[in-house]
Amino acid sequence: MLMNGAQAVLESLKREGVEVVFGYPGGAVLTLYDELYKMKFPHVLTRHEQGAVHAADGYARATGKVGVVFATSGPGAANLITGIATANIDSVPLVCITGQVANPYIGKDSFQEADVCGITTPITKHNYLVKDVRDLPRVLKEAFFIARTGRPGPVVIDVAKDVFAAQIDFAYPEQVTLRGYSGEYPTDEAAIDEVVRLLDAAEQPLLFVGGGVTLSDTSALVRRIGRGLGAPAVSTLMGLGCIADGTEGFLGLAGMHGAYAANMAIQQCDLLLCLGMRFSDRVTGKVTEFAPHAKIVHFELDAAEFNKNVPADVKVPGDLRASLPLLMKKLEASPTDYREQFQSWLRHVTALAEAHPFSYVPRQDAIQPEALIEKVSALSSDDTIVATDVGQHQMWAAQFYAARRPRQFITSGGLGTMGFGLPAALGAKVGRPDQPVVLITGDGSVMMNCQEMATLADNDIDVKIVVIHNFILGMVGQWQRLFYNHHYSQSELKGKTDLVKLAEAMGIRGYRLTEPEELETRLPEILASEGAALIDVYVPEEEDVLPMVPGGKRLDQMVLGKGEKRS
Amino acid sequence: MKKFLLAVLVDNKPGVLTHVAGLISRRAFNIESISAGYTEEPDITRINIVVSVESENELAQVVNQLGKLIDVIKIVNLSLTDSIERELVLIKVKASKASRADIINVVNIFRANIVDVTPEDVVIELTGGQSKIDALCEVLDEYGIIEIARTGAIALSRGPVPVKAM
Repeated sequence: MLMNGAQAVLESLKREGVEVVFGYPGGAVLTLYDELYKMKFPHVLTRHEQGAVHAADGYARATGKVGVVFATSGPGAANLITGIATANIDSVPLVCITGQVANPYIGKDSFQEADVCGITTPITKHNYLVKDVRDLPRVLKEAFFIARTGRPGPVVIDVAKDVFAAQIDFAYPEQVTLRGYSGEYPTDEAAIDEVVRLLDAAEQPLLFVGGGVTLSDTSALVRRIGRGLGAPAVSTLMGLGCIADGTEGFLGLAGMHGAYAANMAIQQCDLLLCLGMRFSDRVTGKVTEFAPHAKIVHFELDAAEFNKNVPADVKVPGDLRASLPLLMKKLEASPTDYREQFQSWLRHVTALAEAHPFSYVPRQDAIQPEALIEKVSALSSDDTIVATDVGQHQMWAAQFYAARRPRQFITSGGLGTMGFGLPAALGAKVGRPDQPVVLITGDGSVMMNCQEMATLADNDIDVKIVVIHNFILGMVGQWQRLFYNHHYSQSELKGKTDLVKLAEAMGIRGYRLTEPEELETRLPEILASEGAALIDVYVPEEEDVLPMVPGGKRLDQMVLGKGEKRS
Repeated sequence: MKKFLLAVLVDNKPGVLTHVAGLISRRAFNIESISAGYTEEPDITRINIVVSVESENELAQVVNQLGKLIDVIKIVNLSLTDSIERELVLIKVKASKASRADIINVVNIFRANIVDVTPEDVVIELTGGQSKIDALCEVLDEYGIIEIARTGAIALSRGPVPVKAM
């Protein structure tokens, strides 16, 4: 079929089952957008390229599909960088198609030229510069395959402008042939047998659930293994929801702002089964004293993660979709009564959790941020998707929002990107239009991509934006309070910007809540209403996120909260 | 620190050297030398990397991280197999009438070659292992080395099996 390069790109997207593109036009992609117009290809125009890439990321996290982004050359592509890096470190599948200046202009410092492959090499799973239209179908086929298989990640395809206009006899490849990448990750049965032996000998085992469980859609297996063993479990930020909050033995978030019982269990356990996680410094605390009494078993598809930060006693390679079913089969065939064997350990950590839950001091005179998040959580259904930005509100959300299923809690974990939340929530809603989407953000983060409220308005995308408004960059302020003599250096936000009016100016509704009783009288109604809205909630400035493991300390050296209860 | 020579077979495509070099720098791996060239197969480039690492674990990190690059087809640690390692060096040395005979003597002892002569200097070519090249440089130092160009080490395994079949 004879067509031009732009048509070939869109035709390839159709073959890959792409439902929607997030993007922003410009000089180098005019031909691509002209064909998109003629083909009526679904597209969401954001108000900034960074918004487009985070939206595609949110879409991918909510649906498990590959998010697709279009941007123009030079500044357009450069504006994607933060979003690509965000997706890369959290292993989110994206295909970003950027225009490049036309072939004869490459390397001449031409107008809107930037070396996109050079810039994105460290933050992509792979990238391509397409200078010949005949390469387009193969490159697109490979890009989607690479993005979605194995450890997912972003792939950038930089296409010279003249390639979009060049003619090609289009045929989409049936198969991918890459000599250096099969996308297959077999497991090792002998390693799994060793895990079973370790479990037979263990007294105090602990499951540690990472983002790999979300990515591989193996949470049902993990839940079943956890139930069968009667062993407690903890989670990384990226693993939240894989085990439903409230499940027997589930101790919640571990790490810097993790639960007391979760961190103590890590330090006390004698066997730690780590599932699809990468031992980030936010999770380990002082890395040399992480889980000092435990044999560490690492289930991981990416071989480069083994021994990177924490040495593993047993490495279980391969896709969790291969290793976990095998482990489950062997455990279910084992004569050992694990539930009996681990019973007293489970009782011990459950008691720790009951004695030291996430807590805060309720106030009559002000809305506590934790109380707000508990209320949002209580008003959520299992279908609700909650996205966050980055900072104190993110950690409170991780602590107080009861995530019930994977892909429910969408957050920038590895990169910690402020400004991620609003466009990511937008993308999640586009991908899951029938599910409620709530963004929990702060007065700092929301401003970093506030222009995307206009995208919500213009496209009737129903996202409820809950701003935890404390008039400060809260996490920066917390560190300044704790470690920098209360010097609030450039962290105070004076709050002269009226976020309600800003929302209204952008074309969505705005509300302000200042009184604790409004969580009962107004919040439910606003969250249940049709259409996008911003809810500006004033909270006290000085609230800390606790517990907290200060930098360089062990996980059991937490600063605890003074709170009384978790309602 | 221990040195290892890795033979890395990669797709002969634009951007592949950027991918490899970028990875080495961002992961802060110590490399002694890196060289690349065509192979018996036109679409495969062989990159020879000498890494210097503190531990087995660090070596595994280098290999596993390189292995993640899509365009890397195969990595073999030739230092762990029976292999022949060579490096080429060109050395430009000051050579006056008085010193020239001595330099020629040194060149002969090392079985090196003189590949260019001018009234003020000679250019010497030597192929060998790293220690031999280092030794020649040390001896020539007293005559005044003007400049040195070294290729970095390359290696082949001994016996009929190529790296791609290992």
